[in-house]
Amino acid sequence: MTGELGQLALCFALALSLVMAAAGLMGTRVEAQAVRRVATSSALGFLVFTVLAFAALTYAFVASDFSVALVAGHSHTLKPLVYKISGVWGNHEGSMLLWVLVLALYAGMVALLGRGGERLTSGALGIQGLLAAAFILFILFTSNPFLRLDPAPFEGAGLTPLLQDPGLAMHPPMLYAGYVGLSAAFSYAAAALLVGEAGWARAARPFMLIAWIALTCGIALGSWWAYYELGWGGFWGWDPVENASLMPWLIATALLHSALATEKSGAFRTWTLLLAIAGFSMSLIGTFLVRSGVLSSVHAFASDPTRGFFIMVLIALAIGGALALFAWRAPSLQGGAAFEPASRETALLLNNVFLVAACACVFAGTLYPLILDALNQTKITVGPPYYVITFAPIFFALLILVPFGPQLGWKRGDLKAAWRSLYPALGLAGIAVVAVLAIVSPRTIAATGAFAVAGWLIGASIIDMRKRKGARASAFAAALAHAGLGVTLLGVAGTTAWRSEAIAVVAAGQTMAVGPYTLRFDGVTREKGPNYIADRAHITLMDGGRPGATLQPEHRFYQAEGQDMTDTAIRTTGLRDLYLALGDERDDGRFVLRAYVSPLTPLIWIGGLLMGLGGMLSLWGRLRAPVREPAAMAQAAE
Amino acid sequence: MKPRGMKAVIAFLLMMLPALAAPPSNAPSTEAAAVAGTFSDPAMESRARNTQRQFRCLVCAGENVDESGSPFSADVRRLIREQIKAGQSDRQIEDFLVARYGDVILMRPPVQPDTWLLWLAPFLVLAMGGGVAWVVVKKASNRSV
Repeated sequence: MTGELGQLALCFALALSLVMAAAGLMGTRVEAQAVRRVATSSALGFLVFTVLAFAALTYAFVASDFSVALVAGHSHTLKPLVYKISGVWGNHEGSMLLWVLVLALYAGMVALLGRGGERLTSGALGIQGLLAAAFILFILFTSNPFLRLDPAPFEGAGLTPLLQDPGLAMHPPMLYAGYVGLSAAFSYAAAALLVGEAGWARAARPFMLIAWIALTCGIALGSWWAYYELGWGGFWGWDPVENASLMPWLIATALLHSALATEKSGAFRTWTLLLAIAGFSMSLIGTFLVRSGVLSSVHAFASDPTRGFFIMVLIALAIGGALALFAWRAPSLQGGAAFEPASRETALLLNNVFLVAACACVFAGTLYPLILDALNQTKITVGPPYYVITFAPIFFALLILVPFGPQLGWKRGDLKAAWRSLYPALGLAGIAVVAVLAIVSPRTIAATGAFAVAGWLIGASIIDMRKRKGARASAFAAALAHAGLGVTLLGVAGTTAWRSEAIAVVAAGQTMAVGPYTLRFDGVTREKGPNYIADRAHITLMDGGRPGATLQPEHRFYQAEGQDMTDTAIRTTGLRDLYLALGDERDDGRFVLRAYVSPLTPLIWIGGLLMGLGGMLSLWGRLRAPVREPAAMAQAAE
Repeated sequence: MKPRGMKAVIAFLLMMLPALAAPPSNAPSTEAAAVAGTFSDPAMESRARNTQRQFRCLVCAGENVDESGSPFSADVRRLIREQIKAGQSDRQIEDFLVARYGDVILMRPPVQPDTWLLWLAPFLVLAMGGGVAWVVVKKASNRSV
């Protein structure tokens, strides 16, 4: 019964999103308040029915209702409750429903909290309504999660063990909050073009911030999961799925900076609009890449093109429509602010140039092999070495320029004074270089350079924070986020340059050495989990000949799915990880054991957390700020 | 920056040093020699590991031959080690594997006419963006005078 209710709720949501689109768009043209009130209330109704549809699917998963085909295909009675719930979005159909749910939440927020002019908010709701309708149609026609199975099987097929993990349970909702959050910025930008309102950047900023925070945390969470779950000790593989989340992040970061200039000094008005469109376009392309099957093989996509084709048309309409609107209306927005070459505006512009180039690099690396394969059947691989050669230098150059931005004033800055105030940061960079060269081997240019830049970034952030002493908390947002970049860089450099590794085949009682540690292998016991059987290794960390802490990496077998999984054991000091993964059993009862000592690795995610916190501080300041009337376009254009 | 802030930062840096001070050991331990095919010469072993990272496991999702546990990768690892033992150069090993499996096995895409755009695109965008930024800043500073 719940399946049918869910389906019904989704149909109501579709109807309401269409009403919202019509009323919202009409509200940009007519004076009648009633039309705009219809847009607002249909947005809330759309939210309510989407929540109901999602709740119905969640109930089917929790209750293990295997008469719903999706539940039978992706769940199992023995699964712990949390993975029954995360199973809702651990598949294509459910994750698309989650996409629409997040879209509905943003539409609700725009309706209730939107701070722009009435016409602007109305237009933004209208565009959100169009997007919602398109995605619900996509779900109903190609990816219906509520389809029944008759007869219902007694047991479900289970969920890929890889996804049965707390980190990955949280990862998709977080990432979608970011992806779809960019739809709010997109809708505001399109609405601003429709009504010709220049104050849109201010109204859209809270949504840009929420999206950026969610993307930052989502990417960090995904990379953390890859680190502890995949068992090879890496944190980022330049995999197309990872790239699909990095591209929107790069554009969203550019957008946050450019929108700041637009808001503060009226500069880059049209460029900010274009970025808002580009950011959501990247989200859509990312969704297309991950959801259409085009990544696994161009040919797999061609053999069952219904879904991919639908998304492709959807993307073409959304991006093409927005760009057409941009080409038509943007020329009338030409403001043209005045600023000196040495100014905050120039710094933000350079930030955008580098971030867009970095995004172009990821874009080319991700899509080029697909295009080449589709066009002339040539197969190439674009692996990490490509990004080391192209992405790394571009991003490195950006990081070197970062500290100048906050030191330069709006409109007219003093480059010499900025440079002088950054001397201590330069000193810190020097200290970092000396420390690395003196103490650590092997000495690599890349790692030394990374330490210098990290010292430079962190030092500059401290200088910036000291300058703002006593200011409101939100004034420290940028410094915190920039320091986070430096901290993450330290982690990346440490892991990449100085990770040591040992692989050994060990019998009970034998020891092995990795980095400064000696490990004693005490044998393996058979353990029974809720839905798996595990070989649990017991490994004692020897502390100067005496036994110390015990680590227990596992090798799990999930019966329902018939798959193997490794479960790593990580012991961290906060600055250095000891990482153990249990491999296969050999015929003679010995086991393969892999151990890594990974210095500074935790800093990768601590840095990510600092960036996220910076975003939250900024958001906090925004939400407490008094509501100001957005400047009319005519006024701003002077 | 006042001395106090500097001190805190130096203290932080010093705190980090012990984590780095441990010398990394890519050299195989005695037990590790038990893993099939490992070279006893550390330099050769580290070259083999490094070479293995340059090739892609063709039956996995984005893993290199070094980190993948698939039979395909075990095969390629064996081939690489045989070639190293036979005294082949990195270039020769690469040519050998490309002849056998095609360009797709290279983690780093080859530079050839149909990949020029791939390699140049990021820098073209950077140059174009730089050019546009130059014009924009020039116009803005003309207005501000």
